[in-house]
Order: sequence, then C-alpha cells, then structure tokens
Amino acid sequence: MRKALGTAGLGLAAALLAVSPAPAQQGPIKIGEINSYTAIAGFTVPYRNGWTLAVEEINAGGGVLGRKLEVVSRDDGGKPEDAVRIAGELVGDQKVALLAGTFLSNIGLAVADYATQNKVLFVAAEPLTDAIVWQKGSHYVFRLRPSTYMQAAMLAEEAAKLPAKRWATIAPNYEYGTSFVANFKKLLSARRPDVQWVGEQWPALGKLDAGPTVEALIEAKPEAIFNAEFGGDLIKLVREGTTRGLFTGRTVVSALSGEPEYLDPLKDEAPSGWIVTGYPWYAIDTPEHKRFLAAYQNRFHDYPRLGSVVGYSTFKAIAAAIAKAGSTDTQKMIAAMDGLPVETPFGGIVFRAIDHQSTMGAWVGKIAVKDGKGVMVDFHYDDGKNYQPTDADVAALRPAK
Amino acid sequence: MDFVVIQLLNGLASASSLFLVACGLSIIFGVTRIVNFAHGSFYMLGAYIAYSLVELLPRTPLGFWGGVALAALAVGAIGGAVEIALLKRIYRAPELFQLLATFGVVLVVADLALKIWGAEELLAPRPPGLRGAVMILGRAFPQYDLLLIAVGPVVLAALWLLFHRTRWGALVRAATQDRDMVAALGVNQGRLFTGVFFLGSLLAGLGGALQLPREAANLQMDLSTIAEAFVITVVGGMGSIAGAYVAALLVAVLQAFGIVVFPKITLVLIFLVMAVVLAFRPYGLFGRAAAEPRAAGAEAQPLGAGDGRAWRWVVPGLALLAVLPPLAGGYAVSVVTEIVILALFAASLHFMMGPGGMPSFGHAAFFGLGAYGAALAARDVGAPMLLGLAVAPVAAALLALACGWFCVRLSGVYLAMLTLAVAQIVWSVAFQWTGITGGDNGILGVWPADWARGKTVFYLLTLLLCGGSLWLLRRIVFAPFGAALRGGRDAPRRAEASGIDLTAVRWTGFVIAALFAGLAGGLFAYSKGSVFPTYIAISRSIDALLMVLLGGIGTLAGPPVGAVVFVGLQEEISRYTDLWRLLLGLVIITLVVAFPEGIAGFAARWRRRAEGAT
Repeated sequence: MRKALGTAGLGLAAALLAVSPAPAQQGPIKIGEINSYTAIAGFTVPYRNGWTLAVEEINAGGGVLGRKLEVVSRDDGGKPEDAVRIAGELVGDQKVALLAGTFLSNIGLAVADYATQNKVLFVAAEPLTDAIVWQKGSHYVFRLRPSTYMQAAMLAEEAAKLPAKRWATIAPNYEYGTSFVANFKKLLSARRPDVQWVGEQWPALGKLDAGPTVEALIEAKPEAIFNAEFGGDLIKLVREGTTRGLFTGRTVVSALSGEPEYLDPLKDEAPSGWIVTGYPWYAIDTPEHKRFLAAYQNRFHDYPRLGSVVGYSTFKAIAAAIAKAGSTDTQKMIAAMDGLPVETPFGGIVFRAIDHQSTMGAWVGKIAVKDGKGVMVDFHYDDGKNYQPTDADVAALRPAK
Repeated sequence: MDFVVIQLLNGLASASSLFLVACGLSIIFGVTRIVNFAHGSFYMLGAYIAYSLVELLPRTPLGFWGGVALAALAVGAIGGAVEIALLKRIYRAPELFQLLATFGVVLVVADLALKIWGAEELLAPRPPGLRGAVMILGRAFPQYDLLLIAVGPVVLAALWLLFHRTRWGALVRAATQDRDMVAALGVNQGRLFTGVFFLGSLLAGLGGALQLPREAANLQMDLSTIAEAFVITVVGGMGSIAGAYVAALLVAVLQAFGIVVFPKITLVLIFLVMAVVLAFRPYGLFGRAAAEPRAAGAEAQPLGAGDGRAWRWVVPGLALLAVLPPLAGGYAVSVVTEIVILALFAASLHFMMGPGGMPSFGHAAFFGLGAYGAALAARDVGAPMLLGLAVAPVAAALLALACGWFCVRLSGVYLAMLTLAVAQIVWSVAFQWTGITGGDNGILGVWPADWARGKTVFYLLTLLLCGGSLWLLRRIVFAPFGAALRGGRDAPRRAEASGIDLTAVRWTGFVIAALFAGLAGGLFAYSKGSVFPTYIAISRSIDALLMVLLGGIGTLAGPPVGAVVFVGLQEEISRYTDLWRLLLGLVIITLVVAFPEGIAGFAARWRRRAEGAT
C-alpha cells in the first residue's frame, strides 16, 4: 500500500510531463477564448461559428499587423473555478495576447478578476451582468453585449407606453434574473409612478414547476407581466401559460425571448404579442447585416443566432483594437479600446471609455407567428448608447482606480 | 378556495411526474443495491427518443402513444444492455463502487445526446385530443395534466400487481429483502437483476416520454432529474414503491403551495423536506432497515499498518513533487496545486467512507464552507491569508458538529443522502444570501498574501499543508481512535459491547473529515482567488466520490491516486476535444471494469501477490 503512495507520486510526475509548456510561437497572434461549450451548447455553438467566420475573414484579408490570428479555444464546463484555471493555462502556457469569451455572468466575473490580477486584457463577449463593467469594473476588462440594465431600459421604455398598472414578474432565481427584475422595476417605476408590483415568481434555473407557478401568477391578478425566463423554462412557461389562459388579456414584456436561440424551439406555439428583445435575422435590412448573413449562411449552411453576431463582433473588435494599438502590448491594446469604433452586423458600435461597455444595442419588437414559427415584427433597433445611466452615476458605480 | 383546489391538482400532476422517475430508481436500488446515477440519463433518453418517434409517426393518438410506449421499451432495452455489458462484471466490488460505472454512463450519454439531437431544446407536439384545457371552478386546467394525475396511481397499481401477483414479482420482493437467500434457493440472480434493470430503466424512459407535452427535451434533463429522483426515493424509503408515491405527493404539494408564500423556496424545498424526514425517520417514510448483505462484495481488508519502509517511497516522492512542477512551468504548477488540494479533499472523504464507513454525497458542503469561511474572513475582517486558512477548517468543523449529530445516526445510502441535503441547504444559502455571499457571482479577490503570491511559493505551502494533513489523517486511522472507528464500521455490536461509544466516535470522525475538507476548501479559495456556490454544488461532491472510488476505497493511497487520475484526465482530455465527457466516461468505464478495487487497490493486491510468489 505504501508502494502505491509512491506510485501516486510517479503518476503525478507523469501528469506533469504531459502538461509541460508548448514553445512560445512567434508567428500568429494568439487569442485565448473560453466559453461554456458543453454546459450551454445552444448559445455557444452558434457563437463559435460567429467568431470562426470573423477570424477566417480577418486572416483571409492578411491578418492584423501582418500576422494571422490564432484562437486557442477551451471549454469551461460551466464552472467559474475551471475557467480561472483555463485562463491560467492560456496566459501562462499558451502565451496568448489577450482573453475573450464567456457566457455565464459568474464565469465572466471570475475571468475578469483573473485578468485584473494578472494584468491581461479580457474582452467579455456575452455575460450580461452589470457588475462586470460597473461595481466590479476594471481597467483590463471590456464587454460587448448589452447588459441587463440596458435591455431592461429598452423594455421599460416600451412598457411605460402600456396602460397596465398592475405588474407581476417572473425570472430565474440567480443574479441574471434578480438584476433584470430590479432594473426593470426601478426604470419602469421611474417613468410610471402609478405602477404597482403585485407578484413575483423566482423558479430555480431549469426547474420551473410550470403549473403551480402559472397559477400563482394568475392569482396575483396582474394586468401585465415582465418575464426574464429563457431556454427550457421559457418553453414550459409559454405552453402552460397559454393553456391556462395566463396571457389572455395581459401584455407580456419579455427579455431575450426574441432571440432565435429561445424563440425557435417554440415553433407555432410562440406567444404572439409579447414585447421582446431579440434578433430578427430574417428581416434586418441594413447592408452590413445582409453581408454578414450571406457570409454566415454560405459558410455554415445554417442561419445565425444572436450568439453568432456576438462571437463575430467580439473578434472583429479584438482585431480592430490590435490594429489600432499597433502592438499586442496589453496597455496599448487597452488604450486603443477606449473609444474604439467597430463595425458589426448591427452597425457601428463604440467601446465607451468611461466604463468599457460597448454601445451595441438590441432589437425590440413583438412576437408573431408566421408560417408555423415565431418571428419578431414591428421591431426597431435601440442603440445601446441611449440606454445608459448618466456618466456621473456610472463613475460613482465603478471602483476607484 | 378555487385557487387552493387548482394548486392541489397541480401538485398531484407534478407528483405523478416525480413518482415515475423515482419508482424505477427505487426498484433498481431495492434489488441490486446499485446507486444508479445513470437513471437521469435514461429519463432524458426517454424524452429524446419519444420526441424522434412522435415526429416520425403520424399525428394521431396512436402515433403519439405508440411513440411513448416504444421509447419506454427502447430505454428499458438500453438499461438492460448496460446491466449485462457493464454492471454484471462489478457486482462483487465494494459498496457504492458501481456508482462510478453508472457515472461513466452519464458522461457518455450526455455527449451522445448532444451529437445525435443537437443543442437546441426540442418541443414535441402535444397528444391529439389533449391539447386544450378544461374549466375547473372557473379556471382553465390542462387536459394533459388531468391524464397525468391518473397515470401515477395507475402505474403504482400496475407495479403492485406485478410484485404481488406474479412469481417474478415475488422473487423481486424476496431479493429486495434478502438477495443472498434468494440466490441460495437456486434463483438465477443474474437474470433477475437484468430484468429489474430493464423494468427500472423502462420506467425512467416512460417518465421522460410522458414529460414531453409539458417540457421540451433538453440536455440538462439528466442531472436536474437525478437529484430529485434520489430524494423522492429516499424520502419514501428505498425499495418502497408506495413510499415513493407518497414522497412525490408530499414534495409536489408542498412545492405548489410553498411558491405562493415564498417564491424563492423552489431552490431548496425538496432538500429541506428530505432533511426533516430523515432526521425523524432514518429509513424514509416507508422504508425498513435492509438486511445486511452477507459477504456481498469483497470483505473489507484490514488495513496493514505498513512495514515501516514507506519512507523509501514517500520521501523521494515528496522531493520530486516539490522540485518537478516548478521546473515544468507556471501552468503545471497551478494544475498540480489543484490536484494536491483535491487529493486532500478526496482523502478527507475517504476517511469518512473507508475507515469510518460513512458514505457521503454532500462532502462539498465542508469544502465549500471552508472556502467561504476563508473568503469572508479575508473580505470582511481583512484577515491575512494564514488566518483565513485557519478559519476554513474551523468553519467546516462547526457545521459538521451541528449536522453530524443527525447524520451519524444513519447509515449507508440514507446517511449519504442526508449529507447531500445538508450540502444543498448550505449551497442554497450561499446562492441566495447575496448580501453576504455575493450569490452566484461569488466573492472575488481572495488572493494569497504577498509573500505567497508567487505560484511556486503557494504550491509549496499547499504541498506542506496537504502533505502534513494526509500524514495526520494516516496517523489518526492507525491510532486507537481509528481502530475504534473501523471497529464500529466492521462490527458495530462488538464494538459497543467492548465499551466504545459508537455515536461519539462516528461523530468525531465526521468532524475530523469535515475539518480537513474545510482546509482543502480554504486552500482552493486562495489558489483560485475567488469562491462560488459551485464549490458546494452536487457535482463537486460527486467529483470527490469519483476520486475516492477510482483510487480504491480499501487503501489510504487511493484518494491521491484517484485525484491524479481524475483531474489529470479531465484536464488533459478537455484541452483537446469538445467530446471530453464521452472520452472521460469511456475511460472511467474501462477503469472500472479493469480495476474493480480501484487503481491503488489493484496495485496493492498485485504487490501482495508478487510478494506471496517470491
């Protein structure tokens, strides 16, 4: 048995040899990318297609600074502690120039903290949490996607136009849901002091017990409902709520539900009339989006999801930052990203110098059912720069440098 | 009033869903004593296969229900095949070892389902004729839910008839009570077990298929189902079908009304119920203490105190460990740091499970509390790192002192499930008490003190603390206290007769295990710079369990070996392929079949044999 202890030592040594570092490469610019590919495949696989397309386009055009981009991509398995370990591998071992990616808010924050500690640039692609640019904002961290605050602000603007006074909320019971609801309540109440909040439901993520939850919402007798459920829970809510008449005579304002990732599985049961943020890829008429759409469909023989646009734009932004910096030096890249304009399929965006948030916006519209599937109609694009707190508020939220 | 009636009906419908998943698990456990983690995967497969069949078959009632029935049969066949190809080979392995094999199946199925059906949720059409709602007391109630309310009791009745009116059923009941006696009477146990596995898996598949009209088939179904299924099974009493139904009813109805009063309770309610039930009825509502299996699996080998020559291996091993990683570079250091910490975590679990005979499915509670203790001390009190590392084990030990009083009175799977309940309650506190714990965003910025900021220094500190702890654990096992602990495991009556206060001994053992798990958690927090509720999540408890079983429960060298193999494999495979779950699952299954005593156990036996030969 003691011999076995020795064997354990040998095993460790063997494991060590297996993880010895790869030689640093001079050729391509390496970018470390981390996301939850196995835990949240529905959103992250189209996202990966998106950045693959962007990197291929950039490299076909001769790369950046005369060097090709090379992405070293890793799966974090949905665990922040593993993401931190992987960040260490990418930075310490693979010698990447910067980190990018992440979907879940807690993973985004963990990698952001790692980046700050180790003085590495991190371009967060998808995490929605407000904290990553505000309360826990950092010199080293930028974020692309419109935050919970921004999307709540867009939806509250629409909600304020409704006659409804009695509102109920339903959202998953974790930071994403609680901060969405808190922002929406605050912003709608500010516009409409006459609004009353009559009920709330907080199902655990992935565990929505649809019947009792829908019945509890009906019992609160709201005139309108704010929803932040998505994925499998959204499907349960919609099916059960429709059958039980929860949505009859009530307007629903719903975050993210117009994104193809979440709308398409509902097929012809998509809830007509809901006011949502999303991505109507089939009907966006701008030249920059048409070009992206054609290139994407040509490359993957599939239509893009919102994740595809996020992945694509993140890597376009990274390339633009390196080109502007003229170097892969971290401080130079950060200086370049402050106020950096980037062309995306949604049009031009800017990374705000004040909080490192991009001004990428979202499409707001209504759900309708057409040819047996859900689509967004009557939509418009809300530019992210118009849905921010005042600069003074932002400055007060961010930690002192 | 109408609201109360409707919520009651909702509770009944949910109860049927819960019951269908749980009863198959209960039957399988009752007869084979296998803790079948793959049950949730079979449930998920039922939903996916039914989806494919329903889409394929004509949109008629026959098409829908035919699809459901075929899916259930297919999943039953898959379950039977797994039993024949895999589990049959390892029935004689130590208790709980089979769960390692079933976990391998979970990983394999998860990746196969992703490959076959894709990542998007798949929403099947509802059965023709049951798409609408009926009005009950002026409220719309889905027709399908009415059907579901009936399905639970119907399946319950069918199973009762099967078990009480057929010869096969009588044999199953007999095997549930005393499988050695059944074998002695000439019954072909192998076929009985295969049949039971087929039936249990079929019920899981049926549960998944019947859930389709309420829920889209999705890739999270396996893990989100399995914990609930276990809770229902344990609350009802393992092996008791009627108990499973009553438990499902209790949980579902409490949930239906609970969310009206406390909308945030869904996170933890089911585990609160389990904790309360097990505290008062240690074998569940309808369960009885199972007959001790006579020599099921290998007898525990008495631990040898060693021959005093261990230093010949340990000293050079430690020297290598201290020197090699820093030479191999920064990243290698952080991987090995993580392995060393998890080896201590696994060893602390092994101390409970092996010498202590107290299996735990919730050991991450202590690991996580240690991590949070250190992080809170650092953030709120500004404690320096060494003080934080001292707070960690103390915090974990205090929790163990409190909950150990309830836990150590139980044994076997019931004890394991009560620890799981404790872990889930701690997890939900960490998750929900945002003001203190930061919720799911965790606590950031828990970095080591300046002198230990360098990776190599922190690694050497970790090696020192973990190596010292492992040595202490070993000393405890061979001390008189350890002998009393092992005596309590192997022969509780004789131990009590010789004047050992077993409860006190086990309670102390429980606290010691928690103490070291807490230290591992504290080190982990500083090595990652942050703490998250995932440190307390079920998956972390399971990881520790896998390491212990993989290494081998019968030897003290097992946990470190298991940690090296498990973390090393997972980390290496996931760097090269997205299909790491599939590969890791296959490797685990292969290891399980090749080394039914665990890797270190195998090595020890091999050495004994080699010595015997010379």
